[in-house]
Amino acid sequence: MSRIGPARPVYLDAASGTPLHPVAREALVAALADGWADPARLYGAARRARLLLDGARQAVAACLGARPDEVTFTASGSQAAHLAVLGALAGRRRSGDRFVHSAVEHSCVLHAAERHAAAGGSAVAVPVDRLGRADTAAFAAAVAAPGTALASLMSASHEVGTAQPVAAVAAACAEAGVPLHVDAAQSAGRTALPAGWSLLSASAHKWGGPPGVGVLVVRAGTRWLSPLPADERERGRVPGFENVPAIVAAAASLRARLSEMDAEAARLRPLVDRIRQTVPRTVPDVEVVGDPVDRLPHLVTFSCLYVDGEALLHALDRRGFAVSSGSSCTSSTLTPSHVLEAMGVLSHGNVRVSLHRDTTAEDVDRFLAVLPEVVADLRATAGVTGL
Amino acid sequence: MTTPALVLDCRGKRCPLPVIELARRVGDVGVGEVVAVLADDPAARVDVPAWCRMRGQEYAGESTAAGGVPSYAVRRLH
Repeated sequence: MSRIGPARPVYLDAASGTPLHPVAREALVAALADGWADPARLYGAARRARLLLDGARQAVAACLGARPDEVTFTASGSQAAHLAVLGALAGRRRSGDRFVHSAVEHSCVLHAAERHAAAGGSAVAVPVDRLGRADTAAFAAAVAAPGTALASLMSASHEVGTAQPVAAVAAACAEAGVPLHVDAAQSAGRTALPAGWSLLSASAHKWGGPPGVGVLVVRAGTRWLSPLPADERERGRVPGFENVPAIVAAAASLRARLSEMDAEAARLRPLVDRIRQTVPRTVPDVEVVGDPVDRLPHLVTFSCLYVDGEALLHALDRRGFAVSSGSSCTSSTLTPSHVLEAMGVLSHGNVRVSLHRDTTAEDVDRFLAVLPEVVADLRATAGVTGL
Repeated sequence: MTTPALVLDCRGKRCPLPVIELARRVGDVGVGEVVAVLADDPAARVDVPAWCRMRGQEYAGESTAAGGVPSYAVRRLH
């Protein structure tokens, strides 16, 4: 008997949120039973929670190449980036008020820059090339300018996957005596982390941990002053009762990810290459964006000419494929992705596909089989075929 | 800048509609002539130049039309 019905849904939006790693699930359940109490208190249940939190901090520190006392847990990757940027700028106020960042940072970094500028500071966006890579010479010149308090450069683009020249920029920052914040949200647990940073932020649900846990690392010796009201939690860096069970699960999954990282990257990279090579052959008028080689192993982005991005997402969702888009019609502000804009590439009809440890070659092949027809249907409906 | 041979009023149209209109009408002007696309959708600022690059036409820059609406000039090359 043949089975008729919708095929298994295929989730291809790991860059937004990665399904919970099985190790995280186990750790979460165990820690909910054992780590629910307030780790700041002085009785047995509190001590158990404190031990779990300390263990998680040690594990995350080891995974990120940091010391445990440099690691703090936040409520999200965005909050970690906000605190990295605003705290370092506050700590370096006497050195200057210039904040240098790439034009393609995550919106959380750009929003922190807006806050800084609104408070009287200055923010300088370093341009990127057509592949989305920050201009190293321009970045070095920008951080060398007097009054520069902080620089921010992500490890790799969350929208197009292009790896950023962190090592070269870190060297320029060191030369200028400027601390560097690296937003490693898309890289932590997926690729080796760059060196040379003073502050690092990351997000657990991007590597297979639970949502609601971010990581802020402030290297010893880096000036940092909390931009928030005083609080004694997390070394005074992050206010509020720590979500110990989620933090324990985040740490366990990061450690598991690291042990499988190279094998997973080697498995996913050819699948991403298959998408990059197949889509332009099977779908007319498509622009695949981002660096083809020096990039994240799990993420690929392309734009389809004359196609409405929101309609494309809905059509793919109806076929069981979950992807995301940087097109303006899919954003609440109706503005195109600042990343695609900075790169100067087509912003409409944009699709970002991002893979994870449960993604199979068959999932990718099914997506590639469905996409040409979906795009052709949308173009036929809009009457733009043959333009 | 050269006076446009054709002005496409795409005010109020969201992307990709201004680019679709441009693709439909670029053939209405002679080679070497300019089409101006009036568009208030911010995505047009990205997508008109990108369309020119993909289609081998020349993006001839942005200006401001009456009422403060951005106008994107495209020179037909073929």
